Order: sequence, then structure tokens, then C-alpha cells
Amino acid sequence: MTDIAWIDPLLTSARPQAVAALLRYFRDLDTAEEAFQEACLRALRNWPENGPPRDPTAWLIFVGRNTAIDAVRRRAKNDPLPDERVLSDLGDAEAEIAERLDGADYRDDILRLLFICCHPDLPATQQIAVALRIVSGLSVRQIARAFLVGESAMEQRITRAKGRIADASVPFEAPGPVERSERLASVAAMVYLVFNEGYSASGGDVPMRAPLCDEAIRLARLLLRLFPSEPEIMGLTALLLLQHARVAARFDADGMVVLLDDQDRTKWNAKMIAEGLALIDKAMRHRRPGAYQIQAAIAALHARARRPEDTDWAQIDLLYQGLEAIQPSPVVTLNRAVAVSKSRGAQAALDMIEPLAQKLSGYFHFFGVKGGLLMQLGRHAEARAAFDRAISLANSAAEAAHIRMHLDRLAAETSKASGKAS
Amino acid sequence: MLYAVLCYASEDAICSWTKEQDEEVMRNLFVVQEKYAKAGKLGPVARLLPTTAATTLRKVKGEPLVLDGPFAETKEQLLGFYTIDVADLEEAVAFAKELSDANPSGGSYEIRPVGVFSPVAPTI
Repeated sequence: MTDIAWIDPLLTSARPQAVAALLRYFRDLDTAEEAFQEACLRALRNWPENGPPRDPTAWLIFVGRNTAIDAVRRRAKNDPLPDERVLSDLGDAEAEIAERLDGADYRDDILRLLFICCHPDLPATQQIAVALRIVSGLSVRQIARAFLVGESAMEQRITRAKGRIADASVPFEAPGPVERSERLASVAAMVYLVFNEGYSASGGDVPMRAPLCDEAIRLARLLLRLFPSEPEIMGLTALLLLQHARVAARFDADGMVVLLDDQDRTKWNAKMIAEGLALIDKAMRHRRPGAYQIQAAIAALHARARRPEDTDWAQIDLLYQGLEAIQPSPVVTLNRAVAVSKSRGAQAALDMIEPLAQKLSGYFHFFGVKGGLLMQLGRHAEARAAFDRAISLANSAAEAAHIRMHLDRLAAETSKASGKAS
Repeated sequence: MLYAVLCYASEDAICSWTKEQDEEVMRNLFVVQEKYAKAGKLGPVARLLPTTAATTLRKVKGEPLVLDGPFAETKEQLLGFYTIDVADLEEAVAFAKELSDANPSGGSYEIRPVGVFSPVAPTI
């Protein structure tokens, strides 16, 4: 006897591989999804009594395929022209399925499924929504909740995105090495987007959006299992784990942002950090740096510091320089300036960000950082102007509230200073 | 007689457990551990992190190779294990390499980070 609640994770974990294999058979996303759905229903009827099969994924693919073939045949009776493309692949026996599961085939199957979800025609939010629906199997309701939109709006968004995917043909032949690595890069970027969607949640929304981070980590581990020697996939997984490890410390009881320096490090998740550190160590042995690895290495230096003052800021500065070389962007330079302010002082950091003023004139964090540096240098009036600008550009109430806290501190220091003067 | 009890299950499924499910299992397992610890029968306990975080040092002939991923060779059997507390993977690999050098035959050492560890059960 198996409790239904324990069957759920089996179905969830089998899903990407099963839907991907069914997609290869039927070459149609809706048919593949329906076939998997039907197989899950049968599993829920059958497994509690008989116990789960030794290989749940193979079972689901086999049962899903058979039920869908039945449905196609039934439909075909009313349909004068059966689609040969749909029927061409259905000769395989069960044994072959098991064999295929072991082969490299399924790696390309899953990659194809993920790649279809991040079709370049789809805007980022739709890519995420579709991946969560199709690959992760989250309900439309769960996804709508995570995006803080209504269920029907999300339903429409996903239907529209799936329509676009169906129109765009993705080849079903095994991809060549170049194509495979291009697909992998797009898929990694999509997984990162899923994570960020959850990570950028502000205080009160965290409980609703944190599942997106968990899901992104699951997808990253899945990619890692398929491509165990790709340092950038190790880097991506490490980055997500190291960032997410801090989730319990990032907001205070009122939902206010707690900066890295002020976080209670005992609230960091030690298990996630251990896994993240092992992965980034592993990645760096390859000596093939990439953007995810560098960001993970930076996160690892924070994770390794027991106290904020133990942080190796000079090394973080170097890593940001590496990131600037790979991925030049004013935002990366801004982040580097924060490290520089710790290792070489506020003036050096300010000199570094002055040239970015024009490019980042609409960027909240630019003015937040600038205000902080000016405050450290005792240039209070200029700091206040920068903070005011930051508030006007804040993306969330939590961001604005955080800057207001700085303004209060600034006001207190200014009055203290003027008190001394008088 | 001293025994090592090795746990096997589908990592994919376990990684899909909810936080509550994971905690429930850990609580249930702890009840069993506590019982044996009180009787003075339990030694060190470890829960390993996912195999995706593993590295394997493999020696067939000559210099050992460092490979990504877990050891998965069904023709060989698990013969023993060590737990070490080191700064990073580099040091762990160096340890495995020393073991490998000390052992003239081939073989593999899977290096897996440990997530939960209780070094000595309280009553032992």
C-alpha cells in the first residue's frame, strides 16, 4: 500500500522525461501532455494497491503511449485521413522503451522539450509560464499565484504561448553538437529566469513565489544529470543553490529587505550551501569559466564568510572583473563597485560608477548604491538627492521602504553633525 | 558485529518531496535512530547530498582520472567508505588520490558532499 501523497513526487519527478519521450512519439505537445495525464490517472488507481513499479518513468511512458494510441485509433475511425506522421513511430515494443530510457536518446528528448518552452518568439514571462506548466507540471492556478495574476489571465497566456510553439517547428532529429550546446544555453537561461522570477519577489510575496526557486533548482539538477560535465550547468546549479540558501534571512518579520551584511547567517541553509560549494569547486576544476560560474563563485565567497567582515572583497572584485570581460554591462560594473567600496573605499567606488550615470539613469540600484557611497563620504545633501531619485524609481514597496530607511539614517546623522557644529 | 547499513532510493523522487514530506521522513527516521542510540548500538549517521554534486576519482591503470558525477559501475561493489572534513573539493580529491596511490589495484572513489551528519550517537 502506498499513500497517494507519496505517489505525487514520483509522478512529478518522472514528468519531464515521460512527457519528453511521449512528445517524440506523438510529435504533438497536447497529445503528449494528455497521454501523460492519462497515465498518471492510471498510476493513481493502480499504484496505491500494487505499490509503485520499479521504474515509474518507463511505466508512465508505456501506459501513456498505449492509451494515446487507443485514443488516436478511436479518433481515426471518424477521421478519413489518419495523420501518418503521428502513427509512424509507434511500432516499438516495451523492451525498446526501457532500452531507450538508458540511451542518450532521452537526454535529447528532455532538452528538446525544455528548448521548445524557451522559443525565442515567446516573451520571457511566457517561456517561464509554459515551462512550469509543461515540464514541471504546476497547475495553472499555482503558476497564476506565483505570477500574482488571475487564473484566467494565466490560462490565456499559456494557451497563446502553446499555440505559438505548435506553429514553430522544432526538428525531432538528434541535434548536432553545436546545436545541442546552443539549446543547452537557451534552456539554462530559461531556468535562470524561472529562478529570478521567484527570487526577485518582495517580502510579502515570498511564500507564494519561493516555489519557483525550488522548481528552478530541480530543473537545474535535471540538466546537470543530463550533462554532468558541463561546467556552466554546474555553475548555474551552484548559483541557484547559494542564492536560495539565504532566503530565510533576506527579509525581516515586516517583509523589509535585509542586506547581506545585516543578515543572520545562522538562518542560511547549510545543506544548500554545502551542495553549492561542492558544485562550484567541481566546475572550476574544468578551467572553462563562464558567467554562471563566476556569479556562483562570488556567491560562494559570501557563503564561506562566517561573518560579513570575513568576506574576501578583493577576490570578489577580481571575479566581477572577470564577469565584466565575459559579459560587459553597466550593472556588472555597478556590482563590482560595491566590492571595491569594501576593499578600496567609497571614493574609489564612486569614481568607478560616475561614468555609468547616463546608462543607468533609470536604474533604481544605481541611485541606491550612489546614495550609500555619498553618505559614507559625508556628502549628505548629494546622498539625499540620490536616495530621492532611487525612491522614484523603486520597483516595489519593499525597495522604496529600504531607501527610506537610509534617508532616516541620513537625517539622524545630519542632525547629529549639525548639533556638534552648533 | 558492526554493520554498515546503506540506503538506496530514487534521488529524483526524493528531490521532488515537499519540505513537509522531507521533514516528516527525517522525523520518523530520527525516532528509530534515537532508539538505537539509547541502546548504545548506533554509530555515525550521514545523509548524502545529491549525486549531481559528486565527483569520482577513477583508476584503471596509472594516473587516476577525476570525473564529474557519481560512480556508476555495476560490475564493482561498494567496499568501504571514509568521512573527511576538509576545506574544499581540491583537498577531498587529494585525499582520494592518496588512497588510490596507496592501493596498487584499480578502483574508484566517489566524493559526495554530506548534508546531514551526526558524528557520534549520544550514548555511544
